[in-house]
Amino acid sequence: MIGRAGNDIPLRRDGTVRLLPWLIAPMVYLATLALAGMLTLHGVLQGWEHGLAGTMTVELPPAPANDPSLGKALGVLRATPGVTSATALDRNAESKLLEPWLGTSITPDELQLPRLIDLRVSSGVNLDLAALRARLVAAVPGAVLDDHRRWLDRLYGLALSIEAAGLAVVAMVGMAAVLTVIFTTRAGLAVHHDVIELLHLMGARDLYIARQFEREAMRLGFSGGVAGLALAGLTLWALGHAAAATNVLGEEAKLLPDLSLVLWQWAVLILLPVAAGFAALLTARLTVMRALARMP
Amino acid sequence: MRYGTGPEVLRDISLDLPAGSFHFLTGPSGAGKTTLLRLMYLADRPTRGLITLFGEDISRLKRKNLADLRRKIGVVFQDFRLLGHLSAFDNVALPLRVAGVAEARVKKNVTELLEWVGLADKLNARPATLSGGQQQRVAIARAVIARPQLLLADEPTGNVDDTMAVRLLRLFEELNRFGTTLVLATHNEMLATQRRHRRLHLVNGELMAPTVQRA
Repeated sequence: MIGRAGNDIPLRRDGTVRLLPWLIAPMVYLATLALAGMLTLHGVLQGWEHGLAGTMTVELPPAPANDPSLGKALGVLRATPGVTSATALDRNAESKLLEPWLGTSITPDELQLPRLIDLRVSSGVNLDLAALRARLVAAVPGAVLDDHRRWLDRLYGLALSIEAAGLAVVAMVGMAAVLTVIFTTRAGLAVHHDVIELLHLMGARDLYIARQFEREAMRLGFSGGVAGLALAGLTLWALGHAAAATNVLGEEAKLLPDLSLVLWQWAVLILLPVAAGFAALLTARLTVMRALARMP
Repeated sequence: MRYGTGPEVLRDISLDLPAGSFHFLTGPSGAGKTTLLRLMYLADRPTRGLITLFGEDISRLKRKNLADLRRKIGVVFQDFRLLGHLSAFDNVALPLRVAGVAEARVKKNVTELLEWVGLADKLNARPATLSGGQQQRVAIARAVIARPQLLLADEPTGNVDDTMAVRLLRLFEELNRFGTTLVLATHNEMLATQRRHRRLHLVNGELMAPTVQRA
């Protein structure tokens, strides 16, 4: 059987090199899960930010239904330029909010819950929140204006920490993959030393030899990457189902966010095996070139 | 020349191979014939001394330029060093492919040469399925396929019958007539004395005075 040029080193018969996909697959699996987690978190945060943009909540101390404080607060709010709407949540709406946790047997009146006003602000207007707060407290002592910023900032802080941890996982997995390729390539160089020396003696340049290693490393890195991605896809699908199962109490009470990614985020995940293949190629080339430079 | 901290394998060697010359390198086993050839085909560097090949002082040559120099040298190894996973055709094609020769020319030249050495029906055979003599012919074909300027052969007729030995020797002589410089290491005194070529005789790592054999 007549072969083709540049296929002289029997790397495919080398047990050490053949092991590479089995090592790359779990690494790409972990990297995919870490990246998917980061991207999902990013999407959830953006959703919250978008949902809360231009909305605020005013909280009034508990009072009987006929108390005039609610009217006073609404009056202050509606007189403020930039406020597009100020709507008091009625008792029915409050009961509905609490229903998933307390059921239908307890009403908000029995719990002495604060009264809530949903405030909508024009997107282009920069409200003087301190002045509005002062006017609200003057009208209704104990009133609280919540622009959700503090809550969002804390959430962002947590999300940033989680994303940093995710990035660290991806970086470590990448480093482990690079080291694996280095050790596998070195093992290949040792196993095929005689063939490499023979090729050198025939006048083969280092790149001619390195290309055979890098081609094989890319092929194995990519196939391992595809396997890892497929496994991660299955895991994400199962997690998506688990997330949907926690949604039985309604949209507001679900424990896990939807694992919904947009197109570019899917593209990032799908490109991971390609990235693994190219990382393997580059690592193999540099390893071989460095090793060959030490040969006579 | 010594390996590591071992004893000197070659010492006080001084020789000049004029372009187009044919030399037999003779001497008993262990005299240093293979080591001298290894120095010539740039597998080893001398621990001291100077080697000039094709006008280039190899100690001053940059590593990246060694490939070009090595392409001018063909080697027949004593143990053949055929690649077991490649067919006879692919083994012979190696020097051409390494040099980037077009595949159509590789196919034509390799097929012709393998036919010439009597292995037309063994193009696809793996070395393990070939006899010692057939492997040796594949090794010789590989060494000469790229028409090297210098051909170094270490016991190239050691595993073939007398008829094939003479035929291979004629191939070497034909190459020599076309300008290839040849050094043929052998411990076969008969072979060396049958031909009128210069002779380098090594004994215990030292070169004896050069002689020319009479036909």
